[in-house]
Amino acid sequence: MHMADALISPAVGGSFWAVSCGLIGISARKTQRHLEDYAIPMMGVLGAFVFAAQMINYTIPSTGSSGHIGGGLLLAVLLGPWAGFLVLASVLSVQAFFFMDGGLLALGCNIFNLGFFPCFVAYPLVFLPASGAHPSPARLTFAAVIATVVGLQFGALGVIFQTLVSGISSLSFSAFASIMLPVHLAIGLVEGVITSTIVTLLAKARPEAIALGREHKTTPQTAWIIAKVFLPIAAVIAIALSWFASTHPDGLEWSLARLGIDTEAEAAPSGLNQALNRTQESMALFPDYRLPAPTDAAGAGPSTESWPNVEAGTSLAGLVGGMITLITVGLCAVLLHLAKRRRERARASQPVHPL
Amino acid sequence: MSHHIVEARDLAYAYPDGTRALKGVSFRITHGESVALVGPNGAGKSTLLLQLNGFLRPTQGEVRIGNLPITPKTLDQIRRTVGVIFQDPDDQLFMPTVREDVTFGPLNMGFPRQEAESIAEAVLAQVGMSDIADRAPYHLSAGQKRAVAIAAVLAMSPDILVLDEPSSHLDPKGRRRLIDLLHGFSHTKIIATHDLDLALDLCPRTIVIADGRVREDGPTLRLFQDQALLEECALELPLRMQGCPICHPQHPPSPSPGR
Amino acid sequence: MKQRSMEDRFLEFGLIDQLARADSRLHRLDPRAKLLTTLFFCALVVSFPRYSVLAILPLLLYPVLLSAMGELPLAYVARRTLPALPFAFMVGIFNPWIDTKPVASLGPLLISGGWLSFTSILLRCILTVSSAIILVASTGISQICLAFQRLGAPHLFSLQIMFLYRYLFVLTAEAVQMVRARNLRTFGRRGLGPGPFASLIASLLIRSLDRAQNIHRAMVARGFRGEIQPLRQSRWRRHDTFFVLLCILACSTIRLWNLPQAIGGWLLQLLP
Ligand SMILES: Nc1ncnc2c1ncn2[C@@H]1O[C@H](COP(=O)(O)OP(=O)(O)O)[C@@H](O)[C@H]1O
Ligand SMILES: [Mg+2]
Repeated sequence: MHMADALISPAVGGSFWAVSCGLIGISARKTQRHLEDYAIPMMGVLGAFVFAAQMINYTIPSTGSSGHIGGGLLLAVLLGPWAGFLVLASVLSVQAFFFMDGGLLALGCNIFNLGFFPCFVAYPLVFLPASGAHPSPARLTFAAVIATVVGLQFGALGVIFQTLVSGISSLSFSAFASIMLPVHLAIGLVEGVITSTIVTLLAKARPEAIALGREHKTTPQTAWIIAKVFLPIAAVIAIALSWFASTHPDGLEWSLARLGIDTEAEAAPSGLNQALNRTQESMALFPDYRLPAPTDAAGAGPSTESWPNVEAGTSLAGLVGGMITLITVGLCAVLLHLAKRRRERARASQPVHPL
Repeated sequence: MSHHIVEARDLAYAYPDGTRALKGVSFRITHGESVALVGPNGAGKSTLLLQLNGFLRPTQGEVRIGNLPITPKTLDQIRRTVGVIFQDPDDQLFMPTVREDVTFGPLNMGFPRQEAESIAEAVLAQVGMSDIADRAPYHLSAGQKRAVAIAAVLAMSPDILVLDEPSSHLDPKGRRRLIDLLHGFSHTKIIATHDLDLALDLCPRTIVIADGRVREDGPTLRLFQDQALLEECALELPLRMQGCPICHPQHPPSPSPGR
Repeated sequence: MKQRSMEDRFLEFGLIDQLARADSRLHRLDPRAKLLTTLFFCALVVSFPRYSVLAILPLLLYPVLLSAMGELPLAYVARRTLPALPFAFMVGIFNPWIDTKPVASLGPLLISGGWLSFTSILLRCILTVSSAIILVASTGISQICLAFQRLGAPHLFSLQIMFLYRYLFVLTAEAVQMVRARNLRTFGRRGLGPGPFASLIASLLIRSLDRAQNIHRAMVARGFRGEIQPLRQSRWRRHDTFFVLLCILACSTIRLWNLPQAIGGWLLQLLP
């Protein structure tokens, strides 16, 4: 469920980076205040554990399909939501930098989808109320299952939302959702059962670990979460989106259309629409496929045609230019490679012929 | 403190899950001694070593280091006196590079960066690991890891060295190098090990632990000649004390069942 | 199959560190300079309009030039980039069927917006992923971590990543071993069902917690009291500034002017 850089717009990537950075900041402060120094190596090792655990796949017997755990809820149970979130964020960061699971720009989105929802929604708002203080095994399983399902459904919605608002993919909301949501429902059910089994086994073998978690984790109040976490997040996303709307009207319109909201229903241009059109025109200075011929590049006039449009002449120029670019890049690569080989050979022969 | 006496008095410990790992252990180790702690897996050796540095609080009895009891107040001083080298060097090398790891202790002791680095240089040279100072610990061989872990503890300049199974995972050459290295140290040494050859080489005295109790305490050579004791503790006679089956076919080493 | 890919991934780690230990002009730059440039580059790549293909092409020079500067094998960068493509491919591949409005033409051939945006998605993916790979392979994760911290990330967070990365190797090796041992017992015939999977993960977790406890003890034994002294740091020098500015300038130029289009148009004008 990792988002990729290629699918998001800078506005979406940037705003979720901001949100995630803020959350990491809050979580770090909270964790520092509440956890003792043993938590520093413990969080790191648990991060490595989640990482390693995610490399092992389970199979669902009769279906042959396989998956791996996300580990969000498990971390929240072991460490509390703040430290759990930090650990997940670090796991996702290392995955982004290392395995290119999700890109750097999409990292904010991924931390939000896979870390925020399990730690700050599923754990405090679903798992804790559902499990109570000293749950029986059955109740623990129940709580873990619904919490995981809720966390993953929100995460999947996050992916859909970010992809559609970015406007890079052409999928419609209903198509996207009808794939993502059921798949993550199934994954959530299995992961919930697995999580509760792990917690039960751990409580038997290392009761102190669970107790430590219970002792030191802070259980944030619902109201606190809403005031300090949800509202700022909503604000950041709203600001980012309105900025997005003002700079990329077509993109948002297009995305909203995907979401099933028809903005082009009435033809009469309202004040807003006119303003948007004007912005669009100013943006059209460098529209991709119809850069005015270089001779009159300075005086590029605003276009009234709908964007994008078809123009045979510019397409041919584009094709030629594109070929030349690719050839240049290829030549560069080959030449640099040859140069490197020569350098290496020179270096290798140096000790053989000392001065 | 000139007298680095390590003394355990009727020490008992139970883990939170109820496992009673130590059931009344007493011994006294005096300044400059090298003592091997042998015993089968699960006998409680590691648990005992963790008591010596105050990582686990005894449920009964006490540990005294140089006449100081281990209390929260004396803990800092005791940890500086007793350097523990853990069984798995990976647990001990937690920093991104060897150099960072060895300077970790001196920096915490308040040395400025430069001095800490020169201490690191010195101890790394002492264990013969100067040329891997900038490597990341995860790509080192088992022997290198062990040597660096020892260097990291030496950088704290402890008076007593406590080692938990130092020769595990080492190949014969690495093991020999380790023995030579430890031979060169004048510290009081307490070494938990299955490796009776190593014990024989380094430690004149041996304490045999079985099932959380001291089973036997005495000169290493004498204890290792007690076949029944070794068998009981699932230990194997050092190779060099076994009759060579080719030279002395009439004295075959007693077959140990289940091995 | 899964099993092998897991071990392969594990082996990849070693290679990255080996590459990051090398010495080149790119390696010697301040990690912050490389991090900032890479983030800028990624943001710039995704800021192109949806149908951009041509205008993005010149940015391919970035991975080519930087991997040469860092003396990183281009084949390595390419090999690491490929596995990242499937997700982008899967989501993008619907575009040609959904978005069929023609937006460009090659003579008689009309190209639909869907194909353009699909190609664009793949291009973006290649660019962003390869730039990240070059960053990591020329810097190493602990240095990147330090760079993050010096750019304002919480100390606890960067410490956390440092520890995570350190024990990644150890725990992954453990996990590989456990899975292999289990496969030996079942002769690899059955996959890992949720039940056995959970107990395998639980025992990995217990080992990890024990290890964390040991690490903490080893830290405390060496004077740790909740603070880790900062690592050795590099200094920001003039050519770091120069590198960042040059990259920003070059990439912005490519972003603002559709160079291939301009070159093509100019060439066509030269023709009769
Ligand atoms: N963290 C722990 N929690 C519970 N039991 C433990 C723990 N560590 C060790 N034990 C148990 O304590 C006993 C002694 O273990 P240990 O001291 O490691 O033995 P040795 O080092 O001699 O092999 C064993 O039965 C072991 O299972
Ligand atoms: Mg042991």
